[in-house]
Amino acid sequence: MNIVVCVKQVPDTATERKLRSDDKTLDREAADGVINELDEYAVEEALTIKEAHGGEVTVLTMGPEKASESIRKALAMGADKAVHVSDEALHGSDALSTSYALAQVLKKVGFDIVILGAESTDARTGLLASMLSERLGVPQVTLANKVEIDGSSLTAQRLTDYGFDRVEASLPAVVSVVEKINEPRYPSFKGIMAAKKKPVEKLAVADAEIDAAKVGLAGASTEVVDFADAPPREKGQIVKDEGDGGVKVAEFLASKKFI
Amino acid sequence: MAEILVLVDHVDGEVKKVTFELLTLARRHGDAAAVWVGPGYEGAKDKLAEYGAAKVYVAADEELTSYVVAPKAELLAQLVAEKSPAAVLVAATGEGKEIAGRLAVKTESGVLTDVVDVADGFVGEHSIFGGAIVSHAKVTKGTPIIAVRPNSTAPEAAPSTPAEEQVSVTLSDAAKAAKVVEKVVQEKGERPELTEAAIVVSGGRGVGGADNFKLIEELADSLGAAVGASRAATDAGWYPHTFQVGQTGKTVSPQLYIAVGISGAIQHRAGMQTSKTIVAINKDPDAPIFELVDYGIVGDLFQVAPQLTEEITKRK
Ligand SMILES: Cc1cc2nc3c(=O)[nH]c(=O)nc-3n(C[C@H](O)[C@H](O)[C@H](O)COP(=O)(O)OP(=O)(O)OC[C@H]3O[C@@H](n4cnc5c(N)ncnc54)[C@H](O)[C@@H]3O)c2cc1C
Ligand SMILES: Cc1cc2nc3c(=O)[nH]c(=O)nc-3n(C[C@H](O)[C@H](O)[C@H](O)COP(=O)(O)OP(=O)(O)OC[C@H]3O[C@@H](n4cnc5c(N)ncnc54)[C@H](O)[C@@H]3O)c2cc1C
Repeated sequence: MNIVVCVKQVPDTATERKLRSDDKTLDREAADGVINELDEYAVEEALTIKEAHGGEVTVLTMGPEKASESIRKALAMGADKAVHVSDEALHGSDALSTSYALAQVLKKVGFDIVILGAESTDARTGLLASMLSERLGVPQVTLANKVEIDGSSLTAQRLTDYGFDRVEASLPAVVSVVEKINEPRYPSFKGIMAAKKKPVEKLAVADAEIDAAKVGLAGASTEVVDFADAPPREKGQIVKDEGDGGVKVAEFLASKKFI
Repeated sequence: MAEILVLVDHVDGEVKKVTFELLTLARRHGDAAAVWVGPGYEGAKDKLAEYGAAKVYVAADEELTSYVVAPKAELLAQLVAEKSPAAVLVAATGEGKEIAGRLAVKTESGVLTDVVDVADGFVGEHSIFGGAIVSHAKVTKGTPIIAVRPNSTAPEAAPSTPAEEQVSVTLSDAAKAAKVVEKVVQEKGERPELTEAAIVVSGGRGVGGADNFKLIEELADSLGAAVGASRAATDAGWYPHTFQVGQTGKTVSPQLYIAVGISGAIQHRAGMQTSKTIVAINKDPDAPIFELVDYGIVGDLFQVAPQLTEEITKRK
């Protein structure tokens, strides 16, 4: 089974995240880069599938040089190899162009199953999995909290607004996962050492037959017009309960006309 | 005026409030044309008329709802090609965003997700990085596809007599690749829908068990509120996952959010940070949720919550 996991490096949510004033893209220097949280669940799912069905797990990342740290983390968890698409031309890509670039690479490397996180913590568009499925012409099995594979057929439980759907499809397929699907493993010391020797293939846009005109800021179909800090929330009032805490909250709610 | 397509969000014919918000937004920028997918239109048509749909495209074929997402995108792509709308609005739910994603690829158009407002020229307003930054973005290629966050626009009634047009689409094989073999609807009871409610009362690990969620429900009922839960509470099985608020749960934006026994982890905040007024009850004065609150009580929820419920009931 040829399993590809898409991994994005994102700014650590624990640090202050910013946009750049010059081209209004994410300021990657301002915050520490970490592997997108849900992508650890995607890696875990890939490893679980490999353990049950055999095959190979490839990490696919598009991002600047620095993103190699997140690739190493995924390799340390147990993925076998990685493809890192990195090119100045990609800077500022939106979801549509990112999906185009990733789809070009996926066509080149081949896959039985592509696994993504349901959403990144920085842009949070939640668009990539459905866009990849559409571009690659393979089934979309997304927002999954359970995935089972039997030969070339796949069944999954897809979280919905009203509960869940049971979904059936056949491989190859694009899958996205939510955090309820598994508990990601920690890289072992051995895993961390082994990761250093695992192959990481670096691709520039031309290597992956990505048309540079369709990616980057110029190729994007969306444009950030402006941005500003949100007005700070007024500091709230915090009161210790002296036995009348409930009454105090009620008074506050009444002052705001909620009751 | 140009048409703006609004994909109706409904569960088995029951229209979600976000649809009325989308219709309201659409009317500010053109003629609102609702797109109905699946069975149940007859029972819902009056509601769409009440909120000012100038037109309704009805695609009643049940097949359109028998597969994951793709058929809806195919239908919308056909309408975009035939009707040349000025924009397409969908609800920024998990599924709404996925429909937007596929439609964007099909029509080679840009998508804005999770916008909280739409200004002239289809400039979308985003609240990003947990509400720290407000940004504006627009679509520069194709037909703007905009996924709008529920509860960010006040729905305004504007009665109309919509023209109806039946539409059919012949699905491609690719659109039928992921089959929905069973839909499991978790009971929602009598309370307002989580993402639609004006008030949400959520319980977390501090609530301590499924039975204790009664405290949260009673407080919610005294306020006519919806009940939410943190991941710790849903993972423990104390409350169904459909009520999870947060990054991987639902994003809520009510007038009032009351967090009870919830620490305020970043993933939880991602789903409730844009609530207008935030109240927390937590015994730990250092709980991060207090950084967000308008009013916080440091105390034992088993004391404070029932007292609050009682006081609210008394004041009614
Ligand atoms: C604050 C902010 C808001 C933005 N809003 C928009 C917008 O409204 N519309 C728009 O078109 N673009 C937007 N962008 C651009 C967007 O960040 C990029 O297009 C990004 O590549 C894809 O979006 P995402 O991270 O939200 O993907 P999501 O769909 O949320 O990510 C899901 C999964 O896709 C995979 N994935 C995502 N990116 C990569 C990657 N580079 N390499 C490997 N795997 C990946 C991961 O598995 C991830 O878990 C925004 C960016 C920022 C910083
Ligand atoms: C990929 C990923 C996605 C996630 N998505 C979500 C999500 O969508 N939603 C979400 O909520 N979380 C999410 N999480 C989990 C999140 O990180 C936290 O673990 C979770 O929100 C904690 O829930 P909690 O606040 O209820 O529990 P805790 O963090 O354990 O907090 C419990 C709080 O209750 C207080 N308390 C205890 N007893 C009492 C009492 N008697 N009276 C008053 N206060 C009391 C404590 O002081 C404490 O502050 C996600 C995590 C990951 C990794």
